[in-house]
Amino acid sequence: MTSQVSSPAEQADGAGGAVVGGQRTPESPGGKEVRRLDRVIIRFAGDSGDGMQLTGDRFTSETASFGNDLSTLPNFPAEIRAPAGTLPGVSSFQLHFADHDILTPGDAPNVLVAMNPAALKANIADVPRGADIIINTDEFTKRPMAKVGYATSPLEDGSLDAYNLHPVPLTTLTVEALKDFGLSRKEAERSKNMFALGLLSWMYHRPTGGTESFLRQKFAKKPEIAEANIVAFRAGWNFGETTEDFAVSYEVAPATRAFPTGTYRNISGNLALSYGLVAASQQADLPLYLGSYPITPASDILHELSKHKNFGVRTFQAEDEIAGIGAALGAAFGGALGVTTTSGPGVALKSEAIGLAVSLELPLMIVDIQRGGPSTGLPTKTEQADLLQAMFGRNGEAPVPIVAPRTPADCFDAALDAARIALTYRTPVFLLSDGYLANGSEPWRVPEVADLPDLKVKFATGANHTLADGTEVFWPYKRDPETLARPWAIPGTPGLEHRIGGIEKQDGSGNISYDPANHDLMVRTRQAKVDGIRVPDVDVDDPDGATTLVLGWGSTYGPITAAVRRLRGAGLPIAQAHLRHLNPFPRNLGEVLERYEKVVVPEMNLGQLATLIRAKYLVDAQSYNQVNGMPFKAEQLATVLKEAIDD
Amino acid sequence: MTEVTEATDGARTLLSLVPKAESKQSMKDFKSDQEVRWCPGCGDYAVLAAVQGFMPEFGLAKENIVFVSGIGCSSRFPYYMNTYGMHSIHGRAPAIATGLATSRRDLSVWVVTGDGDALSIGGNHLIHALRRNVNLKILLFNNRIYGLTKGQYSPTSEVGKITKSTPMGSLDAPFNPVSLAIGAEASFVARTVDSDRKHLTEVLRQAADHQGTALVEIYQNCNIFNDGAFEVLKDKDQAQEAVIRLEDGQPIRFGADGAKGVVRNPATGDLEVVPVTTANEAQILVHDARNSSATTAFALSRLADPDTLHHTPIGVFRSVERPVYDTLMADQLDAAIDRSGKGDLGALLTGNDTWTVVG
Repeated sequence: MTSQVSSPAEQADGAGGAVVGGQRTPESPGGKEVRRLDRVIIRFAGDSGDGMQLTGDRFTSETASFGNDLSTLPNFPAEIRAPAGTLPGVSSFQLHFADHDILTPGDAPNVLVAMNPAALKANIADVPRGADIIINTDEFTKRPMAKVGYATSPLEDGSLDAYNLHPVPLTTLTVEALKDFGLSRKEAERSKNMFALGLLSWMYHRPTGGTESFLRQKFAKKPEIAEANIVAFRAGWNFGETTEDFAVSYEVAPATRAFPTGTYRNISGNLALSYGLVAASQQADLPLYLGSYPITPASDILHELSKHKNFGVRTFQAEDEIAGIGAALGAAFGGALGVTTTSGPGVALKSEAIGLAVSLELPLMIVDIQRGGPSTGLPTKTEQADLLQAMFGRNGEAPVPIVAPRTPADCFDAALDAARIALTYRTPVFLLSDGYLANGSEPWRVPEVADLPDLKVKFATGANHTLADGTEVFWPYKRDPETLARPWAIPGTPGLEHRIGGIEKQDGSGNISYDPANHDLMVRTRQAKVDGIRVPDVDVDDPDGATTLVLGWGSTYGPITAAVRRLRGAGLPIAQAHLRHLNPFPRNLGEVLERYEKVVVPEMNLGQLATLIRAKYLVDAQSYNQVNGMPFKAEQLATVLKEAIDD
Repeated sequence: MTEVTEATDGARTLLSLVPKAESKQSMKDFKSDQEVRWCPGCGDYAVLAAVQGFMPEFGLAKENIVFVSGIGCSSRFPYYMNTYGMHSIHGRAPAIATGLATSRRDLSVWVVTGDGDALSIGGNHLIHALRRNVNLKILLFNNRIYGLTKGQYSPTSEVGKITKSTPMGSLDAPFNPVSLAIGAEASFVARTVDSDRKHLTEVLRQAADHQGTALVEIYQNCNIFNDGAFEVLKDKDQAQEAVIRLEDGQPIRFGADGAKGVVRNPATGDLEVVPVTTANEAQILVHDARNSSATTAFALSRLADPDTLHHTPIGVFRSVERPVYDTLMADQLDAAIDRSGKGDLGALLTGNDTWTVVG
């Protein structure tokens, strides 16, 4: 066994379950030994300025194009450049890749790349003994070590004896490799992340062409810098191949058997969500109008959609969050697919406008990429604590449907589904993603456009009501009897001139009405409309007839499913259900919950779904909560679920 | 409706994007079936009548006209117009109207707001609509008081105003909406008075023709909570000395027989009111609303005494042409199609970096 082989429990993350790690294969032509692994977890860690996110992105791209299944976890501070060399300034990128299907970015890295003492200190607790640690020794000098509280050098004091340590003078080697470029030492040092990437690419047999063409494109205007980075990248690769410290390299075969046939690409949650919005607009044949104010971690959707003006996409960077949703709502009144994107603090500011959209009964998509709260909270970390805000955070009875994607790629389908609900039922809809889904990535089977749902709508074109005297009139609040949706009559349609507003309206005519009985009717009707939204039944995965059900929603899908696999692998029956629709709940949810003796609800909040479940179904759901800004680990959930089963 | 012709470029084309009425319209066509519910004697009635009276002359298809309002007495306005309309939430009408106007250039979009709605809770949206130069016509009903909430001082109330919320007098200095708008890069700024139907209509006419955001401040009497606030501008005897009527290309003179005029003080560069004499007659400032510099328009907006309203200019302070946000936005969409072709969803989803799994 090598240090690369993870424990049997961790292996159970894979569906196939075939453990091939540690198998010896013949020596490579280069004379070095090659071993096959079924999966690897790598974490790149360095200073915020060290380019760790870029390094991780590139390694991910190489891995995706090689055909492994993968899952990523970028983790970075909110500061653009936190003080150099400090613990709060550490930025990391974890990547889990495998020859079978995997669900999470992995609990513990098999390999840690630490670019400086702070990166080592901040990450070592997550690294299991026996794992590989590649250290940039150039940064392990007295001052940087003292800065993070290392009294003695961890490279020499024996504290890392339990690990497979690879001390590499990354900076020196990079500068040496670039000595012919005439760059200053500082400029040359910047390429050390590419040296590290080259080394890791050699270790894991990654294809390199993509990174080289990426660098040429990225630095197209500075070909000298592009070449320097490519030389550093190749130097890293060659270093791995020649130095004796790295005696073994590893192969992780493509995950061909794990995937249905098709064309695949790697995609992050925010990108998938952006594409979902463009697709929804195309499928609805309505122009997309995004009103948005920059906010982490949602801004990438604004950036992405701004690139697609040739799809008729209008992006409006508003003066504030309220104007963002206001403009989207105004565009929706005019017949556009109106969208606003934000995170929790922005939702708080938009609340009154969401209430107006509820009252106007116009289609509107509110995308909330949740982050740690309250207030500014943890802008770059993940959390699921906006569920109750989405559910109840408005004055009056203002029901809003809620859709939550479960994986990065699922953000595409969830966006289409949210658009379907908004357009069919003429209502604002929440799409609740989170920071983990937004920045994480995984392979995505590219759908055929012909297979996407038809979202076309019919605008009102004429009178829809006959008055007692026989006059044909248009009533803006006369509803479709099946969906309870009101007609969407857009300005420019002759004869349908009407006025709508936030004041209570008379049922049917839409005229201002303060009549108590009418208000009671309208409040109940708006609620009935949302309650009646058609959503698919929730699937229950229960092959063994379990008595305990684990119920999740949103981005906890990966870790929960990985934990469930571990338990089943160990012979413990457990049932799993995962909610995409939080409002309304699937029709069969109450019946499903009743079937189980125990219901455990893991959430990255203090029990918000559990609160809703308990209130609605009178089920004694057990909450398991984590609010540390990070996704659950599969091992941790497996332990908790086992305790629940055994209890 | 008549055929819509696509705008080519440049000025005087934005209105051509909005369909014209097929047949002659009358004021009655623009009255909705809703009972008007302002207090009897409110200045809002006069403004409503003036707008309804102007619309047939404006000649656009009424289904292509939209009134968007915020919250406050004046914001009930859209309910009384037989056009499309939205009575939205407090202060946000410019934002909502921006989304509508920038996505539907075939519409004529009007915002109706008040001093509290536009300058207090919605101040941010107002200034940003003005700087962007979105194609909106904003009617700001300024009665210098909160009416709908029953009489608190507003951001245009004079200092020391005694109201329910300020029994010892208000403390904050008021905004001058015209100064504010000019400072916010407005391309069209005018002021008029509710009771002067002719003047109000003429200002509406010019605002309606303007390419971009037009801000029209309408001094409007709240006969319940701030009655007579603008009496000095309405009372025939006093008005002659208090009101300065701005007419483009004309010397700025007012008072009995035009006895007073506005000149630039050569020492300070500021504007001041002087008695007109044969000696200084040639120095009387000639109003130039189309001056590319906003300096003189701003100076004119500062002439009025905020307490007594003496030397209050009315009319069009500024009317200049500059790029309209809606047009720029539409141009970018066209340019993107020119550059990359019309979007191909399949190609977008596939991207450039794929791999294939075969069975």
